[in-house]
Amino acid sequence: MTPHLNEIWVYLAASPLLGLTVTLLAYQFAYAIYQRAGFNPLANPVALAVLLLVALLRWTDTPYQSYFGGAQFVHFLLGPATVALAIPLYQQLPKLRRNWIALLAGVLAGSSAAIVTAMVVARLLGASATTILSIAPKSVTTPIAMGISEKIGGLPSLTAVLVIATGILGATLAPGILRWMRVTDDSVVGFALGVTAHGIGTARGFQVSEEMGAFAGLAMGLSGILMALLLPLVLRLIGII
Amino acid sequence: MIGTLATLLVFQLLGEGVAHALMLPIPGPVIGMLLLLATLIVRRGAAAQLAPTSMALLRHLSLLFVPAGVGIMVHAKLLAAEWWPIAVALVASTVVSIVVTASVVRWLQK
Repeated sequence: MTPHLNEIWVYLAASPLLGLTVTLLAYQFAYAIYQRAGFNPLANPVALAVLLLVALLRWTDTPYQSYFGGAQFVHFLLGPATVALAIPLYQQLPKLRRNWIALLAGVLAGSSAAIVTAMVVARLLGASATTILSIAPKSVTTPIAMGISEKIGGLPSLTAVLVIATGILGATLAPGILRWMRVTDDSVVGFALGVTAHGIGTARGFQVSEEMGAFAGLAMGLSGILMALLLPLVLRLIGII
Repeated sequence: MIGTLATLLVFQLLGEGVAHALMLPIPGPVIGMLLLLATLIVRRGAAAQLAPTSMALLRHLSLLFVPAGVGIMVHAKLLAAEWWPIAVALVASTVVSIVVTASVVRWLQK
């Protein structure tokens, strides 16, 4: 009995089907828990699914490469999903037109502040050059951040982990900080959520109000575009890459 | 659905092509997104056609982060060695980003 099972396992582990299936199952399970927890940002489904999968791969002694052989079919969709961000962005154009100076200034100031703070703090506390470059685009939505990281010489997969951690942190901290600053306008709260915590912040915004979610989505799209355009150029200009 | 997916892929392909041809330090899909946005502005009504499938894809955006996130196991050593600067940098920059963005928008908003 046991040798048979073993053979079947070896056969399945070598095919892409297994990596793809466990990815979807782990996410499904993590999302169910997120729902049960009342969409508490601490129960973030991405973090939970990642934890489950890492535990599974460690336990079965499966290297990341063979898992990714299957999971890459999900990963591939990040490209078309990035292109698809044009649609919500287009739908928010009227709102953008009305207040474009304030919003553009907010994205530029907020994103730059995030990048400079992250890079300087990491540098001062002795992080390696690769880590500093991987941490730079971490407030930007994952597909764009991974693209930027690759372009500037960071590790895209490390950036993805840092982006997700930032999203969870931002979505958890923002409501308290903004209440303390007496910012009550849903559009401003949403915008700060989107600039700081990208898609995870946007999801959080939609739980409070349509307006907060829409502005968070707008901020996420704008900061993604601007940082993809500016970050590699600026880092090259100041001679970091 | 197939039409929308094909459209998204065509724009991604265009974006990758432009990025490569002009040697731009910008990810191809981002250029694809900008080209699609320009097309939507010029061709009114196109957005409504693309919206259902695109929004379905974006609604499950967080699933797409999972395979890359599992890559954390490859970087376990690096993270264990540098967890302190990484953690402080993430928390500090997240707080700064929230405060700066909200202050600037509130200050300049009409």
